[in-house]
Amino acid sequence: MIEFKNVSKVYKGGKKAVNNVNLTFNDGEFIVFIGTSGSGKTTSMRMINRMIEPTSGQILINGEDIMKRDPVQLRREIGYVIQQIGLMPHMTIYDNIVMVPKLLKWPEDKQRESAERLLAKVDLPKDFLTRYPAELSGGQQQRIGVIRALAANQDIILMDEPFGALDPITRDALQELVKELQEEMGKTFIFVTHDMDEALKLADRIVIMQNGEVVQFDTPDNILAEPANQFVEDFIGEDRLIQARPNIQTVDQVMIKNPISVTPGKSLSEAIRIMRDKRVDSLFVTDDAGVLKGYVDIERIDRNRKRATSVGDIMIDKVYFVREGTLLRDTVQRILKRGFKNIPVVDNKGRLIGLVTRTSLVDVVYDTIWGEEEEELAKASVFETTIPEESKE
Amino acid sequence: MADFFATNGSDLLLKTWEHLYISAFALALGVIVAVPLGVLLTRFEKSAKFIIGLATILQTVPSLALLALMIPLFGVGKVPAIVALFIYSLLPILRNTYIGMNGVDVNLRDAGKGMGMTNFQMIRNVELPQAAPVIMAGIRLSGVYVISWAALASYIGAGGLGDFIFNGLNLFIPSLIIGGTIPVTLLALLADFGLGKLEKKVTPRTVQENE
Repeated sequence: MIEFKNVSKVYKGGKKAVNNVNLTFNDGEFIVFIGTSGSGKTTSMRMINRMIEPTSGQILINGEDIMKRDPVQLRREIGYVIQQIGLMPHMTIYDNIVMVPKLLKWPEDKQRESAERLLAKVDLPKDFLTRYPAELSGGQQQRIGVIRALAANQDIILMDEPFGALDPITRDALQELVKELQEEMGKTFIFVTHDMDEALKLADRIVIMQNGEVVQFDTPDNILAEPANQFVEDFIGEDRLIQARPNIQTVDQVMIKNPISVTPGKSLSEAIRIMRDKRVDSLFVTDDAGVLKGYVDIERIDRNRKRATSVGDIMIDKVYFVREGTLLRDTVQRILKRGFKNIPVVDNKGRLIGLVTRTSLVDVVYDTIWGEEEEELAKASVFETTIPEESKE
Repeated sequence: MADFFATNGSDLLLKTWEHLYISAFALALGVIVAVPLGVLLTRFEKSAKFIIGLATILQTVPSLALLALMIPLFGVGKVPAIVALFIYSLLPILRNTYIGMNGVDVNLRDAGKGMGMTNFQMIRNVELPQAAPVIMAGIRLSGVYVISWAALASYIGAGGLGDFIFNGLNLFIPSLIIGGTIPVTLLALLADFGLGKLEKKVTPRTVQENE
């Protein structure tokens, strides 16, 4: 566990890089620090291995104040990956990987075992061990940079914008690799970036910093759902907020309220009349309390017209429904997978309160793709002041 | 030509040896002092300017004068000559060591420190190997200078190939002057070649490829 307790860093000349930061990271968490340049994110991270020392406050690792530790020993227990990779050009890949084990004076065969095992983990061939860094591509070099930080079984890995200098495709591959490694090995990763996509993709929890202070510290889902303030919203960006909406939207927000329903006692002709009046081809059947019992559609009524008299006799009592508050993304899947035209929404007492149809989903898609454009139009127009997604609710 | 070798042959060998001995001794001392000093200066940035300035001033003292100044301190012979040449060899080595060490990629230092290297391990495993080509270039330059200036050392009785040149000058025998000058030049060229080879050798493989 890593704890920041009232940590501040003031540089000479009074510039406050980090101001009274309090954070607690659990073991095995993937923490991402994000912020604009000068927000103190890198400073905060570098204080963990004492590359920068706090002016005041305490940083504890597993309850122990790091200022009481020998910095060299401390750093050997913490993996360190930097944007510029920093492989030693005069050393072979092997010597680069086992740099820390060598400093720790591990026996030679243990060093080799560690290097070979890790190299295989990042999908690089064994003969790379005898090569030199300059013979590798940037992406390959950073793979080595990553496993170098893991070679001595460090429990904590610090990464300072490690993929910032790589092309998008390589960056993507490395992000996946790092996330996989982290999940597999259960180590604590502290990752600094200014790329929100990267943060959302990797983080278990995100620390958003501004002017040396923590603005928000939460899971990606919560940050997207409830940005702490305007700065966070701007930082996440309009695009991502809109994109993120379907994921966190609940069925309540998009369902059609007060769907057409009949009680089981109604006669078939009555049901047909309701269908004709409301121009629908199926009806939900509810009891007097409004609890969902089943449904009937026009074909079924037609086929059974001569044999039955009331809706209750012929209704299909097996209905797939979702409860209110269900995330829309789960509902979407159900609709698409089972080929439903619609899904009823019930409250916690089983009462029918709404209906999610394919049409409502199309609206969501429409909003996601064109919502932003409309918004721009709205902004451009002097008279139009309502923002579309607000007016919808 | 044959005549010259017949009369001075054995003397020539002896003087060449003396010359080489004085130069090598002075250069070795220079390396032993200037390289660690240069490394140290990178850790004490404040005194670096002062020390390098001092070495520069020493370098500007005319060579004959410096040799003469050694006499009251060390008398005549090889010792004052070696000391004077040693002083001359300092600056190029010192300055190149300092520049080479400071020129090491800051990211390599950051990575090394961040992974838990001590100051000494950093110097030995990261900075010196990286700075080696620049340091060697300084040593090479000093080597060539020291060999040619060692000819002047005969003036204070240190011997060496300078003896031929001064004798030739005093006795108006051009063949002696030439007979002394050519071996000095050859020695300097050979030293330059040899140290150049060494420079290549200490340059990390990949740094060479990048050049």
